[in-house]
Amino acid sequence: MDAIILQILNGLDKGSAYALIALGLTLIFGTLGVVNFAHGALFMIGAFCAVTLSRLLSLSHKVEVPGAVDFLGNPQTRDVPYIYDIFGESLGAGIIDWAVPLSILFAIPVMILIGVIMERGLIKHFYKRPHADQILVTFGLAIVLQEVIKYYYGANPIPTPAPSAFVGSFDFGALVGFEPGTIIYPYWRLVYFAFAALIIGAVFAFLQFTTFGMVVRAGMADRETVGLLGINIDKRFTIMFGLAAAVAGLAGVMYTPINSPNYHMGMDFLVLSFVVVVVGGMGSLPGAVLAGFLLGILESFASMREVIDIIPGINQVIIYLVAIIILLTRPRGLMGRKGVMED
Amino acid sequence: MFGLDKKDASLLLIVAALVAFAPFLLNPFPEGSAMAQFNAGYPDLMQRFVIFGIFAIGFNILFGLTGYLSFGHAAFLGVGSYAAVWMFKLLSMNVIPAIALAVVTAGVFALIIGYVSLRRSGIYFSILTLAFAQMSFALAYSVLTPITGGETGLQLALDDPRIFGSATTAEGNIPVPGLFGLEMRDSAELVFGSWVFTFNVGYYFAAIIMLASFYLSIRIFRSPFGMMLRAVKSNQQRLNYTGLNPRPYTLAAFVISGMYAGLAGGLMASMDPLAGAERMFWTASGEVVLMTILGGVGTLIGPVLGAGLIKYMENIISKINSDILHSWFAFLPDGLEDLIVTLIYPFIGKGWHLTLGIVFMLVVIFLPGGLVQGGQKLAALFGSKKAKDPKNATTEPAE
Repeated sequence: MDAIILQILNGLDKGSAYALIALGLTLIFGTLGVVNFAHGALFMIGAFCAVTLSRLLSLSHKVEVPGAVDFLGNPQTRDVPYIYDIFGESLGAGIIDWAVPLSILFAIPVMILIGVIMERGLIKHFYKRPHADQILVTFGLAIVLQEVIKYYYGANPIPTPAPSAFVGSFDFGALVGFEPGTIIYPYWRLVYFAFAALIIGAVFAFLQFTTFGMVVRAGMADRETVGLLGINIDKRFTIMFGLAAAVAGLAGVMYTPINSPNYHMGMDFLVLSFVVVVVGGMGSLPGAVLAGFLLGILESFASMREVIDIIPGINQVIIYLVAIIILLTRPRGLMGRKGVMED
Repeated sequence: MFGLDKKDASLLLIVAALVAFAPFLLNPFPEGSAMAQFNAGYPDLMQRFVIFGIFAIGFNILFGLTGYLSFGHAAFLGVGSYAAVWMFKLLSMNVIPAIALAVVTAGVFALIIGYVSLRRSGIYFSILTLAFAQMSFALAYSVLTPITGGETGLQLALDDPRIFGSATTAEGNIPVPGLFGLEMRDSAELVFGSWVFTFNVGYYFAAIIMLASFYLSIRIFRSPFGMMLRAVKSNQQRLNYTGLNPRPYTLAAFVISGMYAGLAGGLMASMDPLAGAERMFWTASGEVVLMTILGGVGTLIGPVLGAGLIKYMENIISKINSDILHSWFAFLPDGLEDLIVTLIYPFIGKGWHLTLGIVFMLVVIFLPGGLVQGGQKLAALFGSKKAKDPKNATTEPAE
């Protein structure tokens, strides 16, 4: 029993990342009908927003240490981040410590801006082109974005720690009445899951309970009619693209403490997220979220020692295997709508 | 000639001539000159030109004719490489059985994967092929290590059986792949003044196979079967209503193109007898897509051009460094020189992928027909009558 709970918990954080990226992909696909292969790159750029902010915050200048001299007799210096000068030492250190959560505030405008520029500058011209062309141009864009990041940040993973308050693990087992020490779960992964749930909830609430969301949903169902009613649906869809980019970016920001960001992390997640979207059903938002968590948890179950002993290598292929089975038995995916991408 | 009409025959002859004289054509700059780094006439790179040419020609038969975008084609290339290396380990170092087994194995794999994947089309087909390829990659990397060599890759060893050949050479080394006594890595050099031209056995062997595959692809393009595949691309529904089942045709195209990939994989292993799982990774599949699009989808010569261009860029642009740039622009005033070098620097050396991505995007946006379409447009611009002729040597890129 405790092993099962542990695997479900382990699956949640990866599942959260899959679900967030797949949600963004589905938003873009459902609104604009574009298959965005650059979505993984947006996730990666989000992660590098966190890297950038933590570097900016730690920018420092040299200050002489009074009274101390080094072995040559020169006054000793130490690096003092500018942020200490502004906020004082204790608050400044706290801000640096909380760089990753603070990056959320920094990443949202950046990601929305990037999303809107991408849609207006490039993807707009591809609505009428075949899906293969959309895949290809966004694939090219993903390569370019990835290489630009690589040029500025180098090819090595950059460790970006979580705030020290969330470092370490807590004993989940003891909390719910198991033997202490059986189910241990890192705090940050729990934070990640909670954050993902919050974002997913917010996106759904936004679509469900606001007028803007209602118009967007109407546009997803029948774009032309909404246009005929005199609503500028293109503008709203552009905003939705920005929003989807922000969702992917935030998923990336919060993922940095779990996995040190490097320039190809987006591509690694992209392939899996596409599988997730297809399993969930092209164009279905709840399907994407459900499939994300489902596949994340399945993946973590498949990596249990007991399972690997029976079917070796299953942990490597489980997601693809599930995708193949689902696609062949339920062509529309788990919750796909009728008439979406059924060529 | 060979059952081709005049245009196709002349295209084939031009390609044959280019391939035959490639060691001269790709080595236009004398040794030791500043431009010598643009020379591509060394055996390793020339072999890659033709091998990836074969890969791209095969991919084009599927994507160019039927419009099915496979994102997992590298799996067949990887399978072919493994099969060929196993042949070298078990049978002998002769390349013929190795390549034959590579093609057959890849064909069988393609049949299985194609049978399943082709039940869906469009983006679902792409995802299914991608899933299969990633699965093959993951398995080759982990569980199938006894067959694939896992992370280190499959290599030859001194204690391999090689029942029809010798396990070791007279000197006690691992023998190298060859064709009835001709070793693939043998080269002859022709020194002509300060020019050095290299003629490599492996290159010419691969080149002959490439010409044969190119010829076969022309025949497929011009055959009733090719016409049927084009019908699948232009309107599958109408084909269904006519009472024709497109599945056998698309499956045949998929298997043929998988066998081309296996052939390329077998040749790759013949030139350098080792095989690794990274050849099956999905970025490798992405690369062949890039080649085909860059050259021109659905055209005959396009994929070969694309493969050549990408491999050339990969090898040549990635070798340029900032010192070389500085020496090129040394004639400019210092400030201007530094400025230009700084501007160009991100695009060369390690940044060649960036150049590739940008070029690829520009091609997809402005020239959906690839370089071939670009060439046609240029020809039309200069008022050549030939280019306006709708029945020119290359087929119209569909869509």
